[in-house]
Order: sequence, then C-alpha cells, then structure tokens
Amino acid sequence: MSEIATMNVKEQFLSTFGVQDFHFDTEASKAARNEATKRIEGLEFPTSKTEYWKYTRINRIVKTEYKIAESTATIDITPFLIEGMEKNVMVFVNGFYRADISTITSQEGVIACALSEAKEKHAELFASYFSKKVPVDEIFANINTAFHQDGAFIHFAEKQKADQPIHILNLVEGDQIITNPRNLIIGEAFSEGKVVTSYHNLNGGKSFTNAVNECFAAENSYLEFNKLQEEDGTSFHIATDQVQQEKSGNFTINTFTFNGDIVRNNLNIAVAGENGYTSLNGFYLPKEKQLVDNHTRVDHLVPHCESHELYRGVIDDKATAVFNGKVMVHRDAQKTNAFQANNNVLLSDDATINSKPELEIYADDVKCSHGSTIGQLDEEAIFYLRARGLSEDSAIRLLLNAFAADVLEHVGIESFRQLIEEKIENGLKK
Amino acid sequence: MIKIENLHASIDGQPILKGINLEVKPGEVHAIMGPNGSGKSTLASVLAGREEYEITEGSVTFEGKDLLDLGAEDRAREGIFLAFQYPVEIPGVSNINFLKTAINEIRKYRGEEPMPAKDFLKLVKEKSALVELDNSLASRSVNEGFSGGEKKRNEIFQMAMLEPKLSILDETDSGLDIDALRIVANGVNKLKSADNASIVITHYQRLLDYIVPDFVHVLYNGKIIKSGPKELALELEEKGYDWLKKDQAIEA
Repeated sequence: MSEIATMNVKEQFLSTFGVQDFHFDTEASKAARNEATKRIEGLEFPTSKTEYWKYTRINRIVKTEYKIAESTATIDITPFLIEGMEKNVMVFVNGFYRADISTITSQEGVIACALSEAKEKHAELFASYFSKKVPVDEIFANINTAFHQDGAFIHFAEKQKADQPIHILNLVEGDQIITNPRNLIIGEAFSEGKVVTSYHNLNGGKSFTNAVNECFAAENSYLEFNKLQEEDGTSFHIATDQVQQEKSGNFTINTFTFNGDIVRNNLNIAVAGENGYTSLNGFYLPKEKQLVDNHTRVDHLVPHCESHELYRGVIDDKATAVFNGKVMVHRDAQKTNAFQANNNVLLSDDATINSKPELEIYADDVKCSHGSTIGQLDEEAIFYLRARGLSEDSAIRLLLNAFAADVLEHVGIESFRQLIEEKIENGLKK
Repeated sequence: MIKIENLHASIDGQPILKGINLEVKPGEVHAIMGPNGSGKSTLASVLAGREEYEITEGSVTFEGKDLLDLGAEDRAREGIFLAFQYPVEIPGVSNINFLKTAINEIRKYRGEEPMPAKDFLKLVKEKSALVELDNSLASRSVNEGFSGGEKKRNEIFQMAMLEPKLSILDETDSGLDIDALRIVANGVNKLKSADNASIVITHYQRLLDYIVPDFVHVLYNGKIIKSGPKELALELEEKGYDWLKKDQAIEA
C-alpha cells in the first residue's frame, strides 16, 4: 500500500521535468542523462527508515508541486554582489543562464562559461569529468544529472593562478520553482582558483533547489569553493558536493547556511592522491522551524594526507540542525591525519541538534580525532561584558562572532569573509 | 557619590547581606575587610548588577540615581567598575575589540561620538603601560591563557581605559605575588583623583600597604560591624576578627 503511494509521489514529482528542452545537449550529455534516468527508475525517495536521511524528512519537499520557469525579467543583481568580485559574476535565474546580466572578465588560463555552452565548446573536458564521481545510489543527485538545465563550468588551466575569484549567483524568481543547478569545477595540476556559489530567492518561496557541485582538484592544485545558502525561509535546498582530490592538492570547501525551510548538504570528498590537504568547514544559523543538515564524508584512500573539518552552528527558536561527519580511513591510508570538530550553541530550549561524528579506520598508523559539543552561551562571560558597559545584545553578538571566527578564518576571499561576518551579525539580531 | 542604605540581599532564599549602610564620597578610598563568607563579594556583585541576587530591602543611590533600577551595563555606563575576583576567560574575543565596543557604547549612552580609532590606540598604549601589560596581551583574547597576575593587571588596564567614577576591587590582591601586587596597586593609585572613588574589598591587610584607604570597614555576617581609619586594618592584622565577632555576639 505504502509502496504504491511512494511510487505515485515519485512519478508525480518527476512529471514536472517532462516538458524540458535540452536542445544544447551533446551526445555525452544525453548519455549521462539517460543513465541517470535509468537509475532513478530503481531508486525511491528516502524515508525516515533510510539511515542516511534519518533526521531529515523530505516528504514536504517531494510532495510540493513545482514548475520549471525560465525568467527573462529585468533583475537588479546589485544586492547580491560581493565586493571585489563584481568582475566575474555568472548569473542563473531559475536555473537558466542569464548572459545578459552576467559579467565575465577574461583571465588567462581560466574558462568560466555556462555548462550548456561547455558541453560542445569543451566537449573533451566535459566528457572526461561530467558526472564521473557523483554517487549513483542517491536519487536527488541522479535527478540533477538527468534533468539539470544549466550551471557554471569553470576550468583553471595547468600552472595558472586565477587572480579574480568567480561568483556563481543563483536566483529564484517566483513561487514553487524547481531548479537543478549543476556546476562543474576543474582545477588542473598546479592551478589556483577560488569560487563562491550563492543561492537566493528574489521573491516568492517554496522553491526547491536540487544542486550538484562537482569539483576536481588535480595534482598540487589549490582550490577554494564557498557556498552561501540564504534562500527564502519557505524554500528547500538539497545539495550534493562531490570532490575528487589528487596528489599534493589543497582543497577547501566552506558552507554557510543562513536560511531555508529544509537545507541538506551531502558533501563527499575522495582524497585520492598522497600528500593532500583537505579543509571542510561550515557555519549554520537555523531559526524558526528551519532544518539544516550537513552530511559530510571524507574518504582517505591513500597515505600521508591530512583533513581538517570544522562545523559550527547557532540554533535558535524551534530549529533543528544535523551534523553527520564521516571520516573513512581506508586500509592503505597509513599516516593519515584526520581531525573533525562540530560545536553547537543552542539559543532556545526548543532548538535541537543531532550531532554524529563517525570515524571508520582500517589503517593502523593514523592520527584521527573528533569532537562534538553542544552548549549554551557562557552566562558568566555575558555578565562580564555587560559589567564593562556592553549591552546584552552586543555581548551575545561578540561571543557568537568569536564562536564563528574559527570557521571564517578558512575563507580565503577577504570580502566574502566580511560579508559572512555581517550576515552572522544580522542573523543574530532579534 | 554612592549611598548604600539598609541593603538586604539574598540568593536562593538565603539572606547574605543583612542591612549594609555605607557612603562613599568623591576622592575617597574605602576598604572593606572581613572573614570568609561575610558577604564581601556579594556586596560587590550586588553593586555591579549581578542578577542572581535578590534585593529584599534597602536602597543604593549613585550620583542621585537609583542604582538598583539599572541593568549591569547601565551601571557601567554610569561609571561603576567592578574588577572581578575571578576574571572570565573569553576565547575568540579580543581584549582590544571588546574594549572599543565597551567605550563606544558607554559614550553613546552619554550622548557622545564614538572615539576615533587613533585616540583609542593612543589610550591603549598609555594605559597598558600603566599596569605594565604587554602590548601583545592587550590584543589577545580576553584573559585566555593569562596567568593569575596578568588577569588582575588586565582588570586594572580595563579600569584605566574606562575611567570609572567608582571602582570596586573585589579581592584583586588574592593570589598575587609581591611584584604583581605592587604593579596592580600602583595602577590603582595613579588612577586616583579628587573626582573618583574606590571600594577595595580584601581579605588581607597587605594590599592596604600599597593602596592606603581613608576608611576601613569590617563586614561580618552581612553587616558592617566596625568602621574606622586606616589604622583599623593594622589592628585587624594583629588581632584577627574574633574580638569583633565576640562584640557582635554580645550586641546581638
């Protein structure tokens, strides 16, 4: 009985995508879509019994009716620009590329174009990287592969340092819009580049962003990928961030979540080359009845690598946060150093955090640690600050900023870091 | 400057202060001594605005205002400073940053413009020298990893920065070696003027060799049972508190 009901939900959900036109598709892209579509047939939406989705009920997400709607509206993007990053802004509205309001300043050794354009123009790169590592058993990632409209294609060429960071700006206009943004970011050997992708609603809500970000970091590359999630409080966001890291690479991913009814991030990093350094960080600030769920997985496949993970959150009202951080040290990954920490501050009695660090170690000569804390703000510290003349509000803000500072120091784009600092401050203002 | 009348305070229903009377005028230094558990730190906490205490009776007037009506931050903004017995460590909050916020919130309260950054830095340099506080300590996280002596010097440094009208030093001398004590006392003395006043709470007479009080009060069982000139401290050092306790018992 329930199986039939689930089928119907899935069919209903998928029927939204039937009308799409993928005229820009190449053979390689079509093949990827077809494979994903086939896999979806054998997959179901996760339920509360699915361990990986245990704390996040997606019923409300998949039972909402959505539409796909290209928008040609005149849009003022200035409120979403990041200071100093205005020269490279790729704008996507409702998942469609808007060349007319995007700005790309050519940089030596950097390709930044719409994925739809790259499919033909950079067919070889596309064929060798696209959808090669995305988990085959996750229905949402497959849906994105099968039905994505567009996204950013960014390529940092060998031995090139991109001086200017690139901003991928995702806007949603209208109610109940579904988007499947798909970014592909490739850093070739000895390259260096920084990217920010941000998600916002212009108006309306109840939208669903089902994002996939694929990052390939080749030998000795330095890549930094930042995510800013601040969609409408009624909107849903599920992201799959898939990272493949090769020898001696340095990869950083930072995830900042400020808003959204349900936000789920599935971050998977495969550390596949020796001597790699991986840094994954996050800060979340759910309020009202929002839910933020960060599921991270780092696979240490080879020896002599180091990973540092720091996720912190401030949970207010009746909001819930979930942190599930898995570090898998495979048998050959000797001399791995893997550190993980998750710290939470609950601002209200009704706030919830489910924090679950998971270390699985199959090598015998490694250094790994994890720690998880849940607490309230230090009352004694608040009184101390007040006794020096600070208002209670300022005292709380100062303490929370200090709490966030250890996460923010991993952001290498100064102006973006300041923006996040401001957003944290504003997010805390009552 | 401050007038405490018949002040009664309790915590969790337990009376601690049982009728304190004390008046401090500008330019004066008052020492409050007394055995453990007599209510010294409670008095300091109540004056600074710690909310765990319940005021059951009495009044405190500061510069004509009802102090008990004000929150801790407004008391600080009115010019009261409490040097904590146990300064709190606040990881991640820089000393300088928080002092800048404090000074500007105090100035805002008084209807003044924020302090220009240049003046602020000048003030930091000048005042940290006063308590021989290393520049690097001034910019580190509040009290984090500071030694006991450094924490107390940091308290006096903050006091110097905020220029309060009334300073309450709550056992600032406890746990200090002679050198640190001298530095702290020296800082307090240099900040003394005809317009400000101090209440020095201490367990030991030793501090009063360095900070010379105008009046000494003995607090016992929630009441001031004896007041006198600075010589009283020496007498207490010699004879302890027992003779006063006996007098008190007879009176009762």
